[in-house]
Amino acid sequence: MKVLVPVKRVIDYNVKVRVKADQSGVDLANVKMSMNPFDEIAVEQAIRLKEAGTADEVVVVSIGVKQSQETLRTAMAMGADRALLVVAADNVETDIEPLAVAKILAKVVEEEQPGIVLCGKQAIDNDMNATGQMLSALLGWSQGTFASELELKDDAAIVSREVDGGLQTIKVSLPSVITVDLRLNEPRYASLPNIMKAKKKPLEEKTAADYGIDPTPRLEVLSTAEPAERAAGIIVGSVDELVSKLKEAGAV
Amino acid sequence: MGVLLLAEVNNGELALDATAKAVTAAKLIGDVTVLCAGERAAVAGDAAAKIDGVAKVLVAEDASLGHRLAETTAALIVSLADQFDHIVAPATTDAKNVMPRVAALLDVMIISDASGVVDAKTFERPIYAGNAVQTVKTADPKVVMTIRTTGFDAAADGNDAPVETISAAQDPGLSSWVEDTLAQSDRPELTSAGVVVSGGRGVGSEDDFKMIEALADKLGAAVGASRAAVDSGYAPNDWQVGQTGKVVAPELYIAVGISGAIQHLAGMKDSKIIVAINKDEEAPIFQVADFGLVADLFDAVPELTGKL
Ligand SMILES: Cc1cc2nc3c(=O)[nH]c(=O)nc-3n(C[C@H](O)[C@H](O)[C@H](O)COP(=O)(O)OP(=O)(O)OC[C@H]3O[C@@H](n4cnc5c(N)ncnc54)[C@H](O)[C@@H]3O)c2cc1C
Ligand SMILES: Cc1cc2nc3c(=O)[nH]c(=O)nc-3n(C[C@H](O)[C@H](O)[C@H](O)COP(=O)(O)OP(=O)(O)OC[C@H]3O[C@@H](n4cnc5c(N)ncnc54)[C@H](O)[C@@H]3O)c2cc1C
Repeated sequence: MKVLVPVKRVIDYNVKVRVKADQSGVDLANVKMSMNPFDEIAVEQAIRLKEAGTADEVVVVSIGVKQSQETLRTAMAMGADRALLVVAADNVETDIEPLAVAKILAKVVEEEQPGIVLCGKQAIDNDMNATGQMLSALLGWSQGTFASELELKDDAAIVSREVDGGLQTIKVSLPSVITVDLRLNEPRYASLPNIMKAKKKPLEEKTAADYGIDPTPRLEVLSTAEPAERAAGIIVGSVDELVSKLKEAGAV
Repeated sequence: MGVLLLAEVNNGELALDATAKAVTAAKLIGDVTVLCAGERAAVAGDAAAKIDGVAKVLVAEDASLGHRLAETTAALIVSLADQFDHIVAPATTDAKNVMPRVAALLDVMIISDASGVVDAKTFERPIYAGNAVQTVKTADPKVVMTIRTTGFDAAADGNDAPVETISAAQDPGLSSWVEDTLAQSDRPELTSAGVVVSGGRGVGSEDDFKMIEALADKLGAAVGASRAAVDSGYAPNDWQVGQTGKVVAPELYIAVGISGAIQHLAGMKDSKIIVAINKDEEAPIFQVADFGLVADLFDAVPELTGKL
């Protein structure tokens, strides 16, 4: 079985994001970019499926700017076999909406015929939490979102899902789109020899137009603003002082 | 045409707080029809009919709608979509599972976690773990959206809206429910509690987390946790507060042994009063705290529990 893993290049999660003064967006110039942390978990899971003999090939795909090549190389250094880059924007400031990403991914799925697609549950830049569900809908496949455990059995997957009340376990028929949560696994680091090897692995490049998909956004971003600031607080000297401050504020 | 609001129904019961807050947001857009779907949903439907501002309630009961499987719930909503310009839901994990599927089936974008309604086509939403707020305007003919409920007050009750029964859509048979492992608790629900006491990695063990729980029980509070505390096994996953956990905005949030990573702040920084207890005076949590106490939590927490 082939596993397809869509990976997104995003601002590194350690970077403090700054909103541009003219509110046109956030400052992406010279900031560290990395693979979306959830996608690292998806790549790791795919590699484990291959190591367990359940999967025979791991294909990673990214949709975005040319620089997403780096992200794909990272995934191949972790252990993915080959990569596909779909160039859909030439400006790093342009983000592509989940609906357009899902439409392109649906075409990629048609070509590649994977038995399972493993997505991150959300991208940490836009926090939309949407692409996997949209892809599943477009394909008419089952979906298993927010997975913290995944077991493949015959032509079904047993998925443990992180939900508001705790955990839910469902059985989805394959092929399926699974979106992964943080506790599914601990992604590996790529070793230096594997980073070198990844440079030789195949990376194919296409464009959104090759798939006949128009990535024009449906949402227009009118402004991007700083969130409301909290007023500065105080440091109290003791538990007694804390209790009296809380009483004064009517909080207890 | 009005707004269709997917109510949060768990085991046949309406999650009133989340639904009533979403009603407040939806009323800003148009007439609100609430959809209660589930294996059992009639009781939830009657409860929804009492929420102020609800024009009508639709109840769909069918075994295939139990456990909120995305495929069947999305198919039901799509079958009703013709009658509405907006389809919304509170941003719970259930809705985040279902609503993007609905949007893709209708060929429109999803607007996730809207925190403000500017007009019927324009909404605010947090991005980058709440480090920026985006105002987006949609060009789509229909709006499919989840609502971050912390920004809205719950609509009052006292209404008596008409309730209509409808049938489920055909079950595509793609997935089935196996089991739920849900936490049983007498404490208030985390996302609607007035007070939340959260513990982080600094608490050190599952056993020591009982200290956090004792403080919470003294205050009638819900218990929260950082991801590090959950990953270390001190607390269950449904207690996680943050970018990838729950978003809370209680009157009082007490963070104990939590450093204040942006991913944690994303889930609690809209709380009215924030208290931080941490032995490291440089911890970033103090930058958002109204009252900070630099102290060893093993001394401060029992003392605080005793003095409240
Ligand atoms: C700088 C910036 C500028 C923007 N400008 C505009 C604008 O001008 N107009 C506008 O309408 N919107 C704009 N947006 C918003 C943007 O279009 C969407 O809101 C955004 O794409 C939301 O999706 P997400 O990345 O959060 O996806 P999610 O649905 O949260 O992603 C979930 C998973 O899907 C997969 N995935 C997602 N994207 C990709 C990808 N590209 N390639 C491969 N896999 C992927 C990954 O597995 C990921 O973990 C902008 C955003 C940014 C950051
Ligand atoms: C994609 C992604 C998503 C994430 N989502 C979330 C999320 O939703 N929620 C979340 O919380 N995190 C999330 N994180 C993790 C986040 O980055 C931090 O790692 C996490 O919040 C740290 O938890 P902590 O503050 O408990 O632990 P630490 O950062 O280790 O802090 C422990 C604190 O306890 C203090 N301490 C230790 N001992 C004592 C003592 N005896 N008395 C007093 N104080 C003491 C220390 O001074 C320290 O400040 C996410 C990370 C990523 C990459």
